[in-house]
Amino acid sequence: MSGILASMIDGLLIGSVYGLAAMGLSLIWGVMDVINLTHGSMIALGMFGMYLLFSATASNAYFLLAPLIVVGLVLGIIVYWLAVNWVVDRPILMSLLSTFAVNMVVIGLGTAIWSTSPYNVNFSVPGITVGEYTFTGNHIAAASSAVVIALLLELFLRRTRAGKAIRAVADNRAAAELMGISSTRVLMVAFAIGIALAMASGALVSTLFPFTILSGAGYQLKSFVVTVLAGLGKPFGALIAGVLLGLLEGAVSPFIAVSWIPLIEFGLFVVVLIAFPRGIFGKATA
Amino acid sequence: MKRVIFIAFLLSLSFAATSSAQTITVGFTVSRTGALNVDSLEQYRGFELWRDTVNAAGGIKAGGKSYMVQFASYDDESNSKRVQQLYTRMILEDKADFLFSPYSSSLTATAAIVTEQYEKIMLTTGAAEEKTYKLGNQYLFQMFAPATQYLTAALDALKARDPKATVAFVYEDASFSVAVVTPAKAYAQQLGFNVVFAEAYAPNTTDFSAIIDKVIASKATVLLGGGHYADGSTLARQLYGHKVPLKMVALLVAPDSPQWSELGDAAVGVIVPSQWEPQSTFKAQYGPSGADFGKAYSAKYNAPPSYESAGGYASGLILQHAIEQAGGTDTAKVAAALNSTDLTTFYGRSKFSTVASEHGLQVGHTIFLAQWQNDKSGALVKQVVWPLAGKSADLKYPIR
Amino acid sequence: MILRRPLLWLILALAALFVWLPLRNHDVALREDLILVAVAIILTSNLNLMIGYTGYVNFGHIVFYGLGGYVGLYLATVLNWNLIVAALIAGVTVSVLALLFGLGILRLRGAYFALATIGVLVAVQAFVANFEPWGRSTGMYVSFASYAPLGGARRALWITYYLIIGVMALSLVLSLGIRRSKFGLGLFAIREDEDAAIVLGVNATVYKAIIYSVSAFLPAVAGALMFFKNGMIDPSIAFEYMLSLEGIVMLMLGGQGTVAGSALGGALYERLRSYLLTSPRLSEFHLVIAGALLLLVVRLAPGGLIGWLYRLVPRSREVVE
Repeated sequence: MSGILASMIDGLLIGSVYGLAAMGLSLIWGVMDVINLTHGSMIALGMFGMYLLFSATASNAYFLLAPLIVVGLVLGIIVYWLAVNWVVDRPILMSLLSTFAVNMVVIGLGTAIWSTSPYNVNFSVPGITVGEYTFTGNHIAAASSAVVIALLLELFLRRTRAGKAIRAVADNRAAAELMGISSTRVLMVAFAIGIALAMASGALVSTLFPFTILSGAGYQLKSFVVTVLAGLGKPFGALIAGVLLGLLEGAVSPFIAVSWIPLIEFGLFVVVLIAFPRGIFGKATA
Repeated sequence: MKRVIFIAFLLSLSFAATSSAQTITVGFTVSRTGALNVDSLEQYRGFELWRDTVNAAGGIKAGGKSYMVQFASYDDESNSKRVQQLYTRMILEDKADFLFSPYSSSLTATAAIVTEQYEKIMLTTGAAEEKTYKLGNQYLFQMFAPATQYLTAALDALKARDPKATVAFVYEDASFSVAVVTPAKAYAQQLGFNVVFAEAYAPNTTDFSAIIDKVIASKATVLLGGGHYADGSTLARQLYGHKVPLKMVALLVAPDSPQWSELGDAAVGVIVPSQWEPQSTFKAQYGPSGADFGKAYSAKYNAPPSYESAGGYASGLILQHAIEQAGGTDTAKVAAALNSTDLTTFYGRSKFSTVASEHGLQVGHTIFLAQWQNDKSGALVKQVVWPLAGKSADLKYPIR
Repeated sequence: MILRRPLLWLILALAALFVWLPLRNHDVALREDLILVAVAIILTSNLNLMIGYTGYVNFGHIVFYGLGGYVGLYLATVLNWNLIVAALIAGVTVSVLALLFGLGILRLRGAYFALATIGVLVAVQAFVANFEPWGRSTGMYVSFASYAPLGGARRALWITYYLIIGVMALSLVLSLGIRRSKFGLGLFAIREDEDAAIVLGVNATVYKAIIYSVSAFLPAVAGALMFFKNGMIDPSIAFEYMLSLEGIVMLMLGGQGTVAGSALGGALYERLRSYLLTSPRLSEFHLVIAGALLLLVVRLAPGGLIGWLYRLVPRSREVVE
């Protein structure tokens, strides 16, 4: 197997996790026009949630995603009432600051509890070896979990009443309210789902790499890139954009030093933002 | 039995203590949070154990007085931004008489600018990079063997076992690891090794898949590099997860920490260049023996000491010795005593360069290689494998 | 006339106080505390030009400070140029770069602009971390010889301190000057309603690009001075995303859009952080406390301390701009 192919498969696998992380950010942004700066700290909480649950139960780490998603929903509702409800429709700076404040508190508490030392979730799934390259089972399991969660979310948004209400509010909140949809409740649910997705992606990352309470910040930045590539408020597009970003990383890394990749990624990000402010997959509506 | 002797030694010291106790303040910052906190806290424990041991024995005795040791220390958050503010504060507000360095070469370089201005002695530990000692400093004294030695030892060991090995360097792009790898690359070529791959990664890297794919493609059989705890442990796990066919892996700093054994099978066979190992059997002219230090440390912290801890404790010992020699805490006299120090403690030999162009550089201490191996019962232990004269086990080569 | 405005005299008095206080007892510890306060004020007041005056949220403001530090340090210690010349050239270089970047990303509005500034910050950091002449990730060290032209390291630090105080005073005076100028009114119009401002004849593209470039100049000069004083620079301390966000927190705390607010917020926040960090009991919780404080300010007093003062004493608007 050639190096570039192996590298692209690795990219594809990790890319789906980037995609899942970005879905949460994208959903919240699309529905309520809030850039959720607690995103990174919620990803980190997902990592530590997985660590705690796994240490306590020692069961299959990927089965633990379900209880963690529930925890994420509850946490999402708490954060919504604490910091988000009253900044919806206020200037963008307000929502940035109030979510950033929550982020500081969470990171601060996390640092006091867990310090900033690296933690590991010692769970491993046997990998697949092709020639001299081995793809770890954890990467494959994490990528599949990410895709399954993304599909479930898409089904929820398209097929259920609550999901349709979220999409209606995202499209046009005023019109949705006229139709009798309580927008506050919808916003709360959407926010909670966004947080749960962030936690789920953090939980998946924790099975791949060691993490500290500060690890979420890097994934938050990646999520920005993915969200913008996909176009705001397009959760499923975010998954695809995440996979593409992973593939891109995999495709260029054999040819250049890995340390150049952030420059390419964020350079691309700025260029796409200026050239296609609605995202590569965005519709050209006015 | 040894423990009894050690305690008796402490007791005899405390009985000898005179009543006119004064205090000396030693200042330093610790990275309680941030990327360096694992290594930095181990260093701090070394300082702390030294202080408690000295104070339990009635303080440092010099010139007919005894000085109890107290610390002034703050969290530098693994970030050099506040290092100067905090060192200035320790010197001026906390009236620190002597200073220890922060952990890591880059934070130490920043702190040194302040300590030099105030003509305060700073013993640096956890800071192996040489550049700082070549800027014309007068009061800086390095406890660690300089960075150049770290991987040259590993290459010597490799040369003895497999002169045809192909070598890859994968290392953190940070002051310390660059200072280690740059001379090591040249030395590898000088020894006739084929260096097939070399790449530096960003300090906060967690995903090494791309680099690992490149290592596999390069057909390297030996990997040297790493940086600090977080990245080194991650790299080792992923090398194992990707089943990279390597015969030898030597990483900086990280594998020395007792936490390394948490990596399980991924930990096996990894080599670490070390400043000190519990097995080392230096005949201490001064202070506790290595075994006594190890016991006291494990009793207090429930973990074996790492070389950062030993370096921390040894910094205290060397300072204590110099104060005793100087007969007081006068900076000029203590500095003169440090300049003429040539002392073997449990930590090994310590001697500082007095050549003006590299004043304070450590010239007495040398590097060990330690390797994680399974002992007869299957438990993971760290064995000294180099230099051959001091080995506690044979080098396991290839790893698997 | 700017000379008739009381705040100008307050600014000059503040700068004089900053010079006098540590000099009185030759108190270097105080100087070290005050220099960080001064830098916080410099960053906040220049950030205010973008956020407070023009309504554009710049998340990557720290990129100016870091780039200025790199250019300045390179000139001052590698090429051995005079420190002041090096700092000024750093300021000009970064301003020109900002103008070029600004013409691109200032086409974006609202959240999109905020995100683009993060992108620029991370991309520049990644570039510098790979840039060989600037030492890649390991950065650059100042050799002791570089302090010699200023009369040794000890004097050099005092000199950089005075220069930083000068830059702080200039930053505040600049904010004050722009505030009531025609140019400033144009910026306020953009902040309130950009499309309406364009209709009224404000050349928004040019105005925005100029203010973006202007807001880069003094932070870059300060960066050159501070990293020279610090003795080393590397990409992780030069382009600290967290510091960029803290700048916004300081601005909100004091009161965005006002000159006094940016200074007050910068000074208070920096002192609070320093205090929490060195307090044995609270140091573990400094982020929690700072975060909770921010949440309270945003929720209860979105105009910051100055906004609260305005409500309490409406006439204070005349003096405290």
